[in-house]
Amino acid sequence: MINLESHLPVLQVVVPMLLAPLVVLLRPRGTAWAASTAISLMAFVIACYLVAGVLSGEEYRYALGAWPAPYGIALRVDAFSALLLMLVTGASSIALLAAKTSIDQGIESHRQPLFFSAWLLVLAGLAGILVAADAFNIFVFMEISSLASYVLVAGGTDRRALPAVFKYLIMGTIGATFYLIGVGLIYMMTGTLNLADMELRIHQVADQRPILVAAGFITVGLALKAAVFPLHVWLPNAYTYAPHAVSVFLAACATKVSIYVLLRFDFVVFQQNLSGHDLQFTAFLMPLAVLAILVGSAVAIFETNIKRLLAYSSVAQIGYILLGASLVSLSGLTASLLHMFNHALAKGALFLAVMGLATRLARLDLAHLAGAARQMPWTMSALVIAGLSLIGVPGTAGFISKWYLVTAALQEGALGIGLVAVIVAGSLMAVVYIWRIVEAAWFKQPLEENIELREAPPLMLGVIWLTALANVYFGLITDLPRTLATDAAQSLLGHLP
Amino acid sequence: MSAQFLILAALAVPLAGALLIGIAGRISANLRETITLVTAGMLIYCVWSLLPEIYQGGRPGLQLLEVLPGIEIAFQAEPLGMLFAALASGLWLVNSIYSIGYMRGNRESKQTRFYVMFAVSLAATMGIAFAGNLFTLFLFYEMLTLSTYPLVSHKGDAKTVKSARVYLGILISASIGLLLPAIIWTYAVAGTGDFTAGGILRGHLDGPAVGLLLGLFVFGAAKAAVMPVHRWLPAAMVAPTPVSALLHAVAVVKAGVFTITKVVVYIFGIDFLFAEPSSGWLFYAAAFTIIAASVVALRQQNLKRLLAYSTIAQLSYVVMASAILKPLAEVGAAMHMLAHAFGKITLFFAAGAIYTASKKTELGQLRGIGRRMPITMTAFTIGALSMIGVPPTAGFVSKWYILAGAFQADNYVALATIIVSTALNAAYFLPIVYMVWFEKDNTPPGKEHGEAPFAAVLALVITALLTIGFFIYNGPAYELESQLVRGQP
Repeated sequence: MINLESHLPVLQVVVPMLLAPLVVLLRPRGTAWAASTAISLMAFVIACYLVAGVLSGEEYRYALGAWPAPYGIALRVDAFSALLLMLVTGASSIALLAAKTSIDQGIESHRQPLFFSAWLLVLAGLAGILVAADAFNIFVFMEISSLASYVLVAGGTDRRALPAVFKYLIMGTIGATFYLIGVGLIYMMTGTLNLADMELRIHQVADQRPILVAAGFITVGLALKAAVFPLHVWLPNAYTYAPHAVSVFLAACATKVSIYVLLRFDFVVFQQNLSGHDLQFTAFLMPLAVLAILVGSAVAIFETNIKRLLAYSSVAQIGYILLGASLVSLSGLTASLLHMFNHALAKGALFLAVMGLATRLARLDLAHLAGAARQMPWTMSALVIAGLSLIGVPGTAGFISKWYLVTAALQEGALGIGLVAVIVAGSLMAVVYIWRIVEAAWFKQPLEENIELREAPPLMLGVIWLTALANVYFGLITDLPRTLATDAAQSLLGHLP
Repeated sequence: MSAQFLILAALAVPLAGALLIGIAGRISANLRETITLVTAGMLIYCVWSLLPEIYQGGRPGLQLLEVLPGIEIAFQAEPLGMLFAALASGLWLVNSIYSIGYMRGNRESKQTRFYVMFAVSLAATMGIAFAGNLFTLFLFYEMLTLSTYPLVSHKGDAKTVKSARVYLGILISASIGLLLPAIIWTYAVAGTGDFTAGGILRGHLDGPAVGLLLGLFVFGAAKAAVMPVHRWLPAAMVAPTPVSALLHAVAVVKAGVFTITKVVVYIFGIDFLFAEPSSGWLFYAAAFTIIAASVVALRQQNLKRLLAYSTIAQLSYVVMASAILKPLAEVGAAMHMLAHAFGKITLFFAAGAIYTASKKTELGQLRGIGRRMPITMTAFTIGALSMIGVPPTAGFVSKWYILAGAFQADNYVALATIIVSTALNAAYFLPIVYMVWFEKDNTPPGKEHGEAPFAAVLALVITALLTIGFFIYNGPAYELESQLVRGQP
């Protein structure tokens, strides 16, 4: 009898990856969707088991084929990876569950099995990054998820997606290459790819210069993949022209997985071993984070396409996540990890609601949204709840992470007050761009073409509301994400001297 | 039943009522309205059962859940909140009776949504009244804004939606842009936001920062309509009159002045603010609002808009009284919340009754209407006298305490403001009273009308009697509110 629980880390990757090719074979209508939704939900259940295990104090280590680390492929799940695994599999499941109608509208039925197969590969790739314990497997899974996500973004009928995905592909490849160069340099100097092993061996290296170069390459490469300002230019168009379901999935979690790798590398491998790296880390990321918040929010205010507006808001939100991390303190890092979770909830719900609107509206411009709230009050109300969460209004998840962020910033003295001003300014700008959607949907006279709108399809509406209410739930009952984020932040900081 | 249970019940009863009203709305209008009245009755029972314990000095409270360490959703019943909850719940019953007459008399659409949102608004009001800390208060404050929005935009035509936009825009942006930062600031410096007798900010904040924080609170609580964040209130007059009557003369606006008074008394502490010169501006802002709003009211031709500006002025009476920062004035502030509520709801009820019976909305149309609607206009006259502060009406009582407080502080500006505004109130209410009783009827032939439906008339008679009754018998309210500042001269 195999003890299934000990195999959970590998099952998390293997289940979607091995089932992905099988989905291609499912030709009858709707079966590919049903199968991939079921597989994604299965992955979510596995992630929940892992979270439960991590919460009870366990840290999963798994040696593939029983080859011991550092020689074999090692997997490892701790609080940080469990938090993000739950996020990735959850976002995928939610998006798939809701997306049936939207995908039927946007993708020809004979191409759907391929689309769903690519989706599962993205899921497997992202999950793989999160469980991998060595730098090279992280690269492999990163490539799997990236290549498959290019397919997803270009998978719809919107031809504007093609130039967007080309840009995404070029930038993503540069990012991955930079990362690989960095990993190669480290391997050259230390002879290991295992992160835990690297941590031990790096300071034995006599000549630190190649390591410093590696740190530069890895940080910039991952920042590119994470759409850190000003390396974010691939993101807005990719999110805007992707099929709506893909926007939900990617917006909720794709960039966060890159940030995960960035933080893991920086905190586990570099900070303790490279003198002054924590200062470099802060001096490099904090200004970028501040700029991301201010510029991203300001651009969002002037966007007229709802998906682009939300995409620029994502650029700003990545800024909040990095801002917390760049403080290199327990409360800052906790705020950062919490914001990953809470922003995924808010942005996921927002893009879901946009998907609901897109099933009924001809175009997603603010002008075409005029009066939509009268015909689709439930969809729009859910969008407003998610919007309040994005702003950070008390009672929603967004407030919790902003609160942590403000508290963390205030520990920094005079600099902190400036940072709080940035956070407040960013939140007020969020009020403005969410208000523009509300204004268009509620207060403009309905367009002729919008008089006959109906609500989003029932299943989709149900999922939209489920996520919107999750924003409220996690705004009031915060134990789960808070415990995970605190544990993860503590273990990351535990690597510091 | 324990006090904790009653506090929770006060929140749960209107919410449960809202659910049942929504279901009953699909079955029959009579059932729906019966449930509304029963819910209002139960709410009164829950809230008023708490009174004796508070009266004897009890301060029951409970913590519902801890959102973050130090940030809880918690409730506590204390004199000011108790008064507000008792007032709002009591008048909801009267207002529900009135609503039945008004909504049926005018054949309004979407009546089920109306009653459902009304019940939700009341739940939010109870939450504000019993909030034990700033965080909880803010949650219910926003809930009140959002739940009253469908009521304000009830009619749904272009003009209404435009006004409703002003309503929502000002209230939401002020609360998120000003009130929320004020609350976060308070938690950040004091480490807590619990309402504590004597305040929590002493020793944590001084100098101009105090005045700034006070400003964030006062203008953030835009429901109090201190100028220049007052414009939402006239805009809200597009709502059906029962909404204007209960929400925009009692629940919503009083939630604003309640928040300000509560923050002054329990967050800053009146002695702390009195000793801090940078907080002095609040008094002048309120005094300015009183005079300016009264002057604007003079020029109004639409009855409901006139009442709205009168409300703005009267709200600032409460704010000014709090800002005098003397115990008697704080008691006066609480008493004025009560007194103004009785008088103003009567006036709105009368305006709605006139509209239901005759579709008249402008002052010029009201000549001689007293002979057609004697009961309504008698009630209107009582309400108007209360606004001016003439005995034997409720308005006299509260003005008395505010004046006493002003003397306690040797504050002659307050004195002058009250005198001038009393004259202005008389200048815009007395001509109406004269016109409706003594001028010649100008109703065009064929538009003959009598009194409004019975339910509406019954409601306004009740509130008019309350306005007079409060003059004669206000001891318990005074006793209750003097606990607010007990131990201080």
